[in-house]
Amino acid sequence: MPTAVHPTFIHTLLSNLWKDLCLEWRSKDAINAMLFFALLVAVIFSFAFEPTPEEARQMVGGLVWVAVLFASIVALNQSWARELRNQALDGYRVSRASPNALFLGKAIGNFIFVGALELVIAPLFIVFFNLRALGSTAMLIVVFAAGTWAVVINGTFFGAMSLRTRSRELMLPLLLFPISIPAVLAMVNATTAVLTGEGGTRLPLDFLIVYDIVFTTVCFLLFETVLHAE
Amino acid sequence: MNKKLVFFALVTLGLLLYALNQALYVAPTEETMGDIQRIFYYHVPSAFVAFACFFANLVASLVYLKQRSSAADAFALATAEVGVVFCTIVLITGPLWAKPVWGIWWTWDARLTSTLLLWLIYVSYLILRRFSSGGQTPVLAAVLSVFGSVDVVFVYMSIRWFRTQHPQPVLGGGEGSGLHPAMAHALLANVVAFFAFGALLVWLRYKLERSRQQLDELHALAAERGTN
Repeated sequence: MPTAVHPTFIHTLLSNLWKDLCLEWRSKDAINAMLFFALLVAVIFSFAFEPTPEEARQMVGGLVWVAVLFASIVALNQSWARELRNQALDGYRVSRASPNALFLGKAIGNFIFVGALELVIAPLFIVFFNLRALGSTAMLIVVFAAGTWAVVINGTFFGAMSLRTRSRELMLPLLLFPISIPAVLAMVNATTAVLTGEGGTRLPLDFLIVYDIVFTTVCFLLFETVLHAE
Repeated sequence: MNKKLVFFALVTLGLLLYALNQALYVAPTEETMGDIQRIFYYHVPSAFVAFACFFANLVASLVYLKQRSSAADAFALATAEVGVVFCTIVLITGPLWAKPVWGIWWTWDARLTSTLLLWLIYVSYLILRRFSSGGQTPVLAAVLSVFGSVDVVFVYMSIRWFRTQHPQPVLGGGEGSGLHPAMAHALLANVVAFFAFGALLVWLRYKLERSRQQLDELHALAAERGTN
């Protein structure tokens, strides 16, 4: 007797991720809007402040994360809005596929989009603020990876939540920003430590990693509840 | 009108009047700060009530996620709203007290900033409840409450570790400095009175929300009968 096809977790995850990457590659909805938004933020910041190189090192850590946080909202909103077309999300809900595979696929997809954004926005800030890091630049990559995951994991989760509300595009930042403040504080602290070469990156980085682990776990525990909320 | 509720309201009123007298007239005037220190008898009890409300909100949210009882949801909503009100009082009385005493409105101290972020999280909770529709509201709100509570730990640690270059409060006005017995008594009276007041508000709000829920159910039932 043939048994029903039962896709594995990793298979569902990869097909979700692949689908999101293909859709984004063909439509470029999120990445274009996000890049242009981040560019605008970078330009406005460089007009608003005119720091000396020393001051720039002190403040760019904060500015760059504000720009990333704001711009990532665009990608995070897009990523779930896509699932509403043709009732794709309802189809997923009645299927036997694991909810967490969908969630993790989306989160990794968003991580790639926001990571791509950072690769473009970081040189912009270097140019506009004539920046030269005094600490280890390799460390900066680790800090950005941990910080981006912190924004993206909660952002993907709250994106799914705000999908269920009226004026959902507005709702996401209202939910995400208060919860993200401690992570932002750690990201800014670590980035500033690298740029100025003063103070350790160890403590904020450890903090970010613990934050990432804890919130990834909480998201995994609660995503099914949110997906099936009725 | 519920007799128990009226009785409790009268007891609360009595407690509040007694505590007001204690705070304004009976408690001795503080040596260095003068009368301004009396704001302490409102600031600290409000903070206790706000934190107790937020904790009750977490418990009610967890019960809701487990049992899906609408009573737990009504209680979660009531505690969140009352908690935000008392937390707002804390955030207003804090700077009013700090300005004449420390010379500054605000400092990035762990306790102050944690309270501010807690307030932000619960305001976003209330906004979520306002903006989500229908039967999903309780689930989404309960989930956000769990996130908020996990976040509180991170908030406190992050501010302690990453904001330490800022001045720490010098005059605590209470903790560790040893209170005059009459001051301790006035504080205790106010804590009890504020807890009774907070409980009364939560009770009223809970009753209102339960009535609203029942009304919604009746409407749904009537609509169903009408179509059949």
